[in-house]
Amino acid sequence: MSDVKKIATRESYGNALKELAEEFPQLVVLDADLAAATKTGIFKKAYPERHIDCGIAECNMVGIAAGLSLVGKIPFVSSFAMFAAGRAFEQVRNSVGYPHLNVKIGATHAGITVGEDGASHQCNEDLALMRTIPGMVVMCPSDDVEARACVRAAIEHDGPVYIRFGRAAVPVINDKPDYKFEIGKGTIVREGTDVTIVATGICVDSALGAAEKLAADGISAEVVNICTIKPLDEEIIINSAKKTGKVVTVEEHSVIGGLGSAVCDCLSAKLPTPVKKVGMQDVFGESGSAADLVAKYGLDAEGVYKSVKEFV
Amino acid sequence: MNNLELRKHANDVRKGIVTSVHSAKAGHPGGSLSAADVFTFLYFEEMNIDPKNPQWEDRDRFVLSKGHTAPGLYSALAYRGFFPVEDLVTLRKLGSYLQGHPNLHTPGIDMASGSLGQGISAAVGMALGAKMDQKDFRVYTLLGDGEIEEGQVWEAAMFAGHRKLDNLCVIVDNNNLQIDGTVEEVCSPYPIDKKFEAFNFHVINVDAHDFDALRAAFNEAKETKGMPTAIILHSVKGKGVSFMENSVDWHGKAPNDAEFEVAMADLLKIEEELAKEVEA
Repeated sequence: MSDVKKIATRESYGNALKELAEEFPQLVVLDADLAAATKTGIFKKAYPERHIDCGIAECNMVGIAAGLSLVGKIPFVSSFAMFAAGRAFEQVRNSVGYPHLNVKIGATHAGITVGEDGASHQCNEDLALMRTIPGMVVMCPSDDVEARACVRAAIEHDGPVYIRFGRAAVPVINDKPDYKFEIGKGTIVREGTDVTIVATGICVDSALGAAEKLAADGISAEVVNICTIKPLDEEIIINSAKKTGKVVTVEEHSVIGGLGSAVCDCLSAKLPTPVKKVGMQDVFGESGSAADLVAKYGLDAEGVYKSVKEFV
Repeated sequence: MNNLELRKHANDVRKGIVTSVHSAKAGHPGGSLSAADVFTFLYFEEMNIDPKNPQWEDRDRFVLSKGHTAPGLYSALAYRGFFPVEDLVTLRKLGSYLQGHPNLHTPGIDMASGSLGQGISAAVGMALGAKMDQKDFRVYTLLGDGEIEEGQVWEAAMFAGHRKLDNLCVIVDNNNLQIDGTVEEVCSPYPIDKKFEAFNFHVINVDAHDFDALRAAFNEAKETKGMPTAIILHSVKGKGVSFMENSVDWHGKAPNDAEFEVAMADLLKIEEELAKEVEA
């Protein structure tokens, strides 16, 4: 596996903004003194006059983006997920969500793969928070290809969008000629019949690894990549659950309110199915390398394999 | 527009405030009345707007950061012709486009607001957008003196000063009262002018109820280049309604039927006096 190309989705974010800048002249990028980390610095270097550093003031930054959108700009607000979705939640809710403004939120450093900075900066709540806002599109791409596709889709979508990016380099898994991205559409990335693993973000790769191990044990796992947490592709989940009768959700996020909850909301209403939620089990993270943390919290291929094995 | 006409419009705006809040049986008359003159001045003289085309791209923008005083803004918009004055009585009622706090479904409203401290940031964003696109429109935002206790106000002020947004005019309605008492008692924001100066604003103190003074202040703001302007309005909460003036009790309470009669009588008396001034 060591020869697999790895790119952090925050890097994809910065690159996509730069790549799309010519095509979309209304695109502007806001940051709160984290341009080097969120990778909007890539855009800033090419288009300094369209990059707005708001200083360390995320709440104001969200409001400025709201105002910019009202005079015709397509603003991308950039910060760590903890501050974009957490600190500025009410600004996102009231100044962006309620008036349904064309503001995009690019939140990097989500989840425990923030690593060494520790729990204060590891946001495991953003998907839950953003999902509660009416009209908000919530996306969590699994790799470089999907992350760049999300940025384009967000620009082409009229309305508020939240995209979650990660700090750590992750394998490129969607680099296929037939890859197509659409907001609200999930993808079956591996077919199976015994259990469905619904994963999002960097956990899609873990789910694929787990499915490989399960196959060696004679268990056929179907892996569904849900990039858009909201609106959720209910059809793909229901159809897979019909086939397998068992669902495991995997996310680098609290098991409360994120992908697992969204899948349960769907299945409990439309096709009651046993669901096991793999993710952060209502605990804070801690300092450590990203690899050590995903292993400790059971979000790597081995951890997901064990969780599924216990469940089926 | 001459001052007498402005005063007549302002009195109509006050009647609209009292009538709509009475009809809603809820709302915020005190801070709406203290700002009635500035709403009137902005919409009848100062701002470059077109009631027939509320979405006109090059219009001046206004963000009511102190969104709870929506009755004042709605009344000014109605009397300026953005929507029928008769609709003011639907304020806060189910299905009305006049929500308790402003949103984008009301003709003439440029930004949803009401959660304090947020409107100013949106106004700053609009002013920045205008600068980026070399547009000439100006952006106005009205804040309460209690509202400026919110930290986000100073994040926005710091940014506006830093970016030298001279197309931005921040207005503070300094009526000295907030829900829990006087602003000094609760958590003093004074000195307000010195604070904005420290954030690199040009600052003007002005009597909120004197149209000559308002005109001079807004002209000075327009002529000020290289920095945003903050206009501190020294106002009387509840202005125009005898029993509401300088009373914290009328921050967020509707008059009952008897109080409504007294309030309207106060305003009718002012109307009659203004009519005499025309004849004189």
